[in-house]
Parts: sequence; C-alpha cells; structure tokens
Amino acid sequence: MPAKLQRLWRDSVLGRHVLVALVGLLVVLLLLETVNDFRAIQLSSMAYLGIAAGGLTILTGLNGQISLGHGALMAIGAYTAALMLPDRDASTPLPLVVLVSVLVTLAVGTAVGAAAARLHGPYLAGATLALAVAVPGIALYFGETLGGEQGLRVSMPDVPVWALDAEYLLTGTEMTRSGWVALMAWTTLAVTYVLLANLSRGRVGRRWRAVRDGEVSAELAGIRLGRSRVSAFMVSAAAAGAAGAMLAFTVRLAAPSGFTLTLSLTLLTAVVLGGLGSLGGALVGAALLTFLPPFVTSVGSDAGLSDLRAAELAPLVYGLVMIAVILLAPAGIAGSFRAWRIRRQARVAVAPAPVAASATGTTGTPDSPTRSTVPTSSKGTPT
Amino acid sequence: MQQLLNTALGGLTLGMVYAAFALALVLIFRSTRIVNFAQAPMAMVTTFIALTLIDAGYSYWIGFAAALLAGLVLGAVVERVLIRPVEDKPEINAVILTLGLFIVLHALAAVVFGNAYRSFPAPFGIRGFEVGGSTIALTGFGVFTIGAVVVVMALLVALFRFTDVGLRMRAAAYNQEVARLLGVRVGRMLTLGWALAALVGSLAGILIAGGSLVHPGYMDSVVVYGFVAAVLGGLESPIGAVVGGLTLGVSLSFVSGYVGSELVALAALGILMLVLTLRPGGLFSQAAERRV
Repeated sequence: MPAKLQRLWRDSVLGRHVLVALVGLLVVLLLLETVNDFRAIQLSSMAYLGIAAGGLTILTGLNGQISLGHGALMAIGAYTAALMLPDRDASTPLPLVVLVSVLVTLAVGTAVGAAAARLHGPYLAGATLALAVAVPGIALYFGETLGGEQGLRVSMPDVPVWALDAEYLLTGTEMTRSGWVALMAWTTLAVTYVLLANLSRGRVGRRWRAVRDGEVSAELAGIRLGRSRVSAFMVSAAAAGAAGAMLAFTVRLAAPSGFTLTLSLTLLTAVVLGGLGSLGGALVGAALLTFLPPFVTSVGSDAGLSDLRAAELAPLVYGLVMIAVILLAPAGIAGSFRAWRIRRQARVAVAPAPVAASATGTTGTPDSPTRSTVPTSSKGTPT
Repeated sequence: MQQLLNTALGGLTLGMVYAAFALALVLIFRSTRIVNFAQAPMAMVTTFIALTLIDAGYSYWIGFAAALLAGLVLGAVVERVLIRPVEDKPEINAVILTLGLFIVLHALAAVVFGNAYRSFPAPFGIRGFEVGGSTIALTGFGVFTIGAVVVVMALLVALFRFTDVGLRMRAAAYNQEVARLLGVRVGRMLTLGWALAALVGSLAGILIAGGSLVHPGYMDSVVVYGFVAAVLGGLESPIGAVVGGLTLGVSLSFVSGYVGSELVALAALGILMLVLTLRPGGLFSQAAERRV
C-alpha cells in the first residue's frame, strides 16, 4: 500500500496538489478551533492576500511580467461582491458572488491585458499602475452607487445551519462568523492554488516559461507570444478577483482607502520575498504581510512615533526587504531553499556543480531544477 | 468659449510639467531599458526638502535650487547603489528594485515629514491674468512653469547636441559595447544620465507642487501621466515625450473640466490602452523595430 501511494504521489500531479491542499485545509481547520475571533480575521486576511499573491507570482515568476495593479483588481472584485450583498438583503448565494466577482475582474483584466500585456516591455507595468491610480477615482465619481469615500458595506449572511451542525458534530464547539469566513477564504485559497499549480505544471505553464526565457525560441516553437502573455495576465487577474471577494467578506467593507497603490506594491513584496514563481513562497509572503504590520507598528509607537507615522513603518520594512532580497538572494526564500537542496543533492551525487549556480543567478525563478541545467537566455539580453 | 480657452491654457501648463516628467522617464529608458517608476517618490522627496528649507525661513529660490541639487545627487546615488549591481541581470530585477525604492521613499517621507497635506508656496501669482476685463487661466506661476521647463529642455538639447559629454552619453545609450571599445566610460555616463533624469523629475515635482498641496503620494498620479506621455511619444524619443506631454496635458484638462477630476487617471489609462492597441510604437512610430 505505501508503495502504491508513493507511486501515486510521484505520477499524479493533480493528485499530489489536491492532497497537499486537503492536508493544508485540515491544518487550517484545526488551527481555527484554537484561535480567537481576532486571529481568525487575521487568518482570513492572510488567505485573501495569499490568493492575490499567488496570482501575481504566476504572472511575474512564470511569465516575467509585472503588475502594479493587483490591488486595484482586488478592488474590482471586492466592489462587485459588495454590490451583490447590499444591506439587509443577503440572499445571494456566496459561491455565485465569488464567481461573478472573478468574472467581472477577469473582464477588466482582459481589457487592460489585451492592450498592454501582449507587448514586450514596461507597458503592462505602466498600464496596471494607471489602473491602480484610476480605480479609487471611479469609486468617488460614481459615489451614489459605489458609496464614495465611505465605501460600500457588505452584509454577510449567517453561517449556514449545516456548517454549524457539522462543526458541532466534529469538535463540539460553535462556529463563529469570523471562523466561517476564514474557512471560506482558505477553501478558496486551496482551490485557487490547486488550479494555479496545475496550470503552471502543464502545457500552459511551460509556454509561459518558454516566453519568459526566450522570446525568439518560443516563437520558433510555435507559441504565440502575445496570446501567451495576455493569458498569463488574465489568470492572474482572475485570482485577484477572488481575493477581492474574500476581502469584502472579511472586512465587510469595500472602500477606496483599502485599495491604495501601497497594497499593490506590497503584494509584489510578498511575491519577491517568497521567490518568484513559487506558490508556497507567495503564501509565506502573505503571512508576512498579515502578521508583520501589527508588530512593527507597535515597535514604532513604543519608539515615540505618532500612530499615523508608525503605520508607515511596515511598508518601509517591506520596501527594504524587497531591495535586500533582489540584491542578495534574488531567488527569494523558497528559491534559496531549493537551491540549497539541489546543491546538497549534487554534492551527494557528485554531479557537476553549475546546476545550483544558475538556479540562484537568474531572476529567481525556481520552478524546476531541470530547467537550470539548460542554458537559458534571460529576457532583454541578446541571445 | 472662454471656458474652452481656459481649459486649454490650464492643460498646456500642466502638459509642460508632464512633458518634463516624461522626459525624465525617457532619458533613463533610453540608456538602461528601465522605466523608473520610483521617479515619482524621488521627486516628492526633493520637493519636501525644498519645503523644509522654505518653512525654515529661506527663500523660495534656495529651496528650488536645493531640490534640483538633491535630485541630481539622489539620481546618481540610486544608479550607483541599486541599479549598477543588477546591470547584467534580467531587467525585471532592476524594475523590482525601483519599485522597492518606491515603497521605501514613500514610507520614509511619511515617517519623516508626516502624512498630512501641506501647502507649498509659489514665487509668482497664482491668480489668472486679466485680459480685456475677464480673467484667463494663465497665471504668473504658469508662465514661470512653462519657462522653466523650456529652459531646462533647451539646456538638455544643448548638452546632448553640442558637447563632448553629451556625445558620449548618446553613444553609451546607443550601444554600450561599442562605446566602451571607443573609450567611453559607460558606467559614468549611466550615472550622469540617471542624475540628469532625476533633476528633470525634481523640477517637475516642484513645479506641480507650487501653489498647491503636497503629501507623500502627490506625485503618484504624475508618474502615470508621465508614463502615458512617454508612451504617446514612443518611449525612446525625447521630442516625442514633450509632444506627448502637451497632448496629454490638454486632453486630461478637458476631461477634468468637462467630466470630472476624479476620472482623470481613468482617462489617462484609456488613452494609454488606445495608443497601445492602435500604435504601440507611439504616435510617431514608423517602422517596426525590435530587439532580439
């Protein structure tokens, strides 16, 4: 039996991903039992940041493009969810809300991506930056429908009876509303990550990587560059939409102040820190984005800064970390760990050393160890 | 009719500033293939330096000079300390570094100077001139803005066209390897290029601030407009950046005047998407060219 399981683990990519996701969900469920409401809300925040960072890491790590507007895309998802869950009338089924949020965000992402992502160069970064700056203005201009500066309140339905019953049956405790939201957010995260992991392992992911590593060779292999780039951005935007819906459920408010340019840029920090292209790394980055600010802010307040100024210390740390990671360990946490493992394996097998060297040398795209044995041309440098 | 004229005049003044900012982006893009999005917080920081000096009792002009000088130094330091180590790495590393710098400068300014809106003085009147009994939207400060940008642009043209250093900078931007073989110190030229670009960016920052409010995020939208203007002109061409800046300034002024100032950034995004869809090489692109 263990041998059979082992073979399944090795051969079935989908099976492996689903298994990891289920185990992860179980861990989160157990964790939610032990924590209070405040921690449950923090866990939900980590989940929605993780979903958005996961989408972004696929775009940046696998396809070599940068989006500075994932915060704005989250805003679109959150506002859609808020519009579907207005005050006093929370009868729309939540899965439908999430689906519509994803579709609306996908539509916006497709429009921006079709214009900007098909081109090589800084165009997508610029266009998404414009989106990040433009979106709060839309909420203000259409203040009557979108609530202006105050934003839209999201009314959440009660925890369904079957969930309450199941929870009571399993653990003998009552499920709180925050716990329920956290569970939904983590389930969405698990589903998103399984989908993203499968995409990146399959044909689509290989195409994205091929476009990133060598445009000319990818084109010669029959890959349509523009289409491949736009599809990567679309997938990434859809993830941001789901993240936005989860944010709306968690915070129960969609307001312009929640979707600043800083949010978009700090998502990028999570991705860089974890290691471009690594979903596990994105989750680590999301954990940092969630749990670091309260800590740093309290350190700042203790040092005598006013609250407003102390709140800026967290982004300061993110920015410094981002610069340090790119300068010192461009493969991020996940990539550096992988490179260390490969180096150790190589030493054991007395294999040629360059394997590990190129894994740390490039942007930090530690997707597959095999890739680094092939000489890859990086974007922009002449081949 | 009068509103039309005033909107256009206001747009021209703003367009001049966008042109300067676009020029700063183009200068760096031509030599290092990076769009320096951190140009916005860099200009914000230098403007805050000027404001601190002015609030301390020095004259506007000392603050003005200090801002430009600080921009020059900041640009050179950023190139040497951050960009140089990743020069031979993929572009995306340098781009991420500039974004990290973006966050750092933003947060640092908020910690040091505070998050509040502060008013920035203007050396000339900010009330419109009176022509034939009616006020037009051209102010004394507006004239100064246009003049300052024109002078700086003329100086840049003179530098690149008529001096030895300018020729070397162009060579370094055009082809690093060949320039190096011919004895050009490419590294120094890149540093100088970043320094000059940051100076032009600082100029734009202090001109936008004049007679208005500053806070750590006040340049964020300007970098978007500068980028759109640069793309309008083709990202490579300094003249294109100027024309793009003026076009964008007037267009956005009309959006602001007739639709609503909240939608200006959205209009800029719309213009950008339109240009990228129809003429991705910019308004003046002729032949498709690509780097392999």
